[in-house]
Amino acid sequence: MADKQTKIEIAVGFFMIVGLASISYIAIQLGDLQVLGQKSYIINARFTSSSGLRSGAFIEAAGVRVGTVDSIVFDPEEYQSIVYLAIDEDVPIHEDAVASIRTAGIIGDKFIKITPGGGEYLQPGEEIFETEPSINLEELISKYIFETEK
Amino acid sequence: MTFTPFTNTGLHIINLMERLGRAGIFLCTSCLRIITPPYKLSPIIKQIHFIGARSLFLIIISGLFIGMVVALQFYDALVRLGSVAMLGAAVGLVLVRELGPLLTALVIIGRAGSSICAEIAIMRNENQIDALDCMAIDPYRYIIVPRFIGAIICIPILSCVFIVVGIFGGYFVGCVLFGVSPGSYFGGMFDAVLWRDILMSVIKAMAFATITIWVATVKGFYLHLDPTAFGSEGVSKVTTQAVVVSSVSVFFADYIISSIIL
Amino acid sequence: MSDDKQQNYAINIKNMTSHYGSVKVLDDINLSIEPREIMVVMGHSGSGKSTLFRHILGLKQPTSGSIEVLGKDLTKLDKKGLYSLRKNIGVAFQNGALFSSLNVLENVELPLREHTELDDNTIRIMTRMKLEQMNLADYEELMPSELSGGMLKRAGLARAVVMDPKLLFFDEPSAGLDPVTSAELDQLILQLRDALNMTIVIVTHELESAFSVADRITVMDRGQQIMTGSKEEVKASTDTRIVNMLARKARDEEIDGDAYLDRLMEAQRVK
Repeated sequence: MADKQTKIEIAVGFFMIVGLASISYIAIQLGDLQVLGQKSYIINARFTSSSGLRSGAFIEAAGVRVGTVDSIVFDPEEYQSIVYLAIDEDVPIHEDAVASIRTAGIIGDKFIKITPGGGEYLQPGEEIFETEPSINLEELISKYIFETEK
Repeated sequence: MTFTPFTNTGLHIINLMERLGRAGIFLCTSCLRIITPPYKLSPIIKQIHFIGARSLFLIIISGLFIGMVVALQFYDALVRLGSVAMLGAAVGLVLVRELGPLLTALVIIGRAGSSICAEIAIMRNENQIDALDCMAIDPYRYIIVPRFIGAIICIPILSCVFIVVGIFGGYFVGCVLFGVSPGSYFGGMFDAVLWRDILMSVIKAMAFATITIWVATVKGFYLHLDPTAFGSEGVSKVTTQAVVVSSVSVFFADYIISSIIL
Repeated sequence: MSDDKQQNYAINIKNMTSHYGSVKVLDDINLSIEPREIMVVMGHSGSGKSTLFRHILGLKQPTSGSIEVLGKDLTKLDKKGLYSLRKNIGVAFQNGALFSSLNVLENVELPLREHTELDDNTIRIMTRMKLEQMNLADYEELMPSELSGGMLKRAGLARAVVMDPKLLFFDEPSAGLDPVTSAELDQLILQLRDALNMTIVIVTHELESAFSVADRITVMDRGQQIMTGSKEEVKASTDTRIVNMLARKARDEEIDGDAYLDRLMEAQRVK
């Protein structure tokens, strides 16, 4: 009797441990759960087109992830798209840095690439003025053709 | 006499309505009993053991092979496109969004859902449910509630295990057998899978759990109200029905949830 | 004690009629059972005796008429009232209706565990006492699937009386049992009544066991109550249906499909 009960408890305990391990693996590794609570600051950038970019997309500088896209808003006056960028707190962005929307590989997700500039660092809430919009379809196709010819 | 087909159709519709209504009321009653005290832990542990712990090995094996075959298929397809670096992303997304919750639910329907349905049907058949009622023990609380809670806890957890094991199964095929670099496999996967995908996975697992356990218990519980089901033949009939209905409902719900979230 | 005689009845059914869908299954039943009485309800399958049984337990509501059990009108009770009433009622089902996932001891102690705050030890002691009474003391660790038909019935009976109810129902105590086992069970029922002062209602189609335990007998046929009276009155009755029933007793089991099936299942279980 007691034996049977203990066996059940051990099995359930084992199940729970395996389950918790899997959940934490998914949450931390796949979901990028910030266990240590990575802080970030917000700057914005205006694009003539942010086609294909979604909130949550990555921001890379020199190929390293330095933040994510916080939100994308349409500006009806200028007919532009304002993208709010959440940049990791310890990463300074120069005031004349260039933000360009790029595509990972041929059919991959859009991300924002930051090319460094010089001068002052941007304060939270300020704007990156130099931007390059999404690469359009023709460019994408030419890139594809170019790569296959090689 | 010429009205017979119409009358029959009408009767079928009324019958269907009645069954749906009964199942709906059953679900509401069960949920009500789940949230109202008294709460008892030990029967729930027993069900977690039955539904979860005893399915763990099966889920690990299934997850491993599914992960391996998904990686194999994607590797072959991606080689043609020349973007093998996407393998990790493809395997991760497919497992997290679709295959993890879906196949876990199907495995559990086959392993636990069917036996829960048969068990409850036999209880009904042998007057055990009436006996509970006569002993002033609420059959919902005693039979249904622990199984509901057990399933709703276990299926999402099993789904997570399935996904993780699947990812490593994919790693084995992709990286160890075909030489994709582990960095691009895991890196691509971690970049591609977003919180949204994981949320979708969890919502699906919960929904599938509810459907699975709901259909299994309601089919068994109302065995005596099905005029075509009688005796042990009736038990086997409702069990088959439970497996069929819950599988199809899970596929249906899978599409609905995906289309709502995407 | 006898100013208002109705109060003293353990069960008092008046002008009760019941339907299954549009089929009338019970027609104008009047039945009063006194405390400490053993009432046997007799009839073939389909006579409505099982339906009557379900009515008295409140598992089914009558179309018209009233049922009072232990002084409470069942038609006016809500679920809570019904449940608190049922704690005073023990029910032993035909095949025991034991939970197959629990062993004999766990099955019998279930009502105590669910309804009382007693500690494990007290529950064990009370349960063992009842098992001993039913001659099941050596079998408490067995699972229901390992028991014979007679043992299942006795275990079901033990579970029914473990809360010391005022009222005991027994569905087909002798169905599917050999005469010796059946007679033992009848003895047990009589002992129980004397030891625990219970009112007992037995539903059966077997004449021998009915006559050996009953104080009074109610004969049912096709949803109608043919007569209620002492054993002698029933035996002396000139009603053709009762006379037929008494005369037919040898063939009874062959005709009764339920009993035949039970017997088949019993045989399989023993194997």
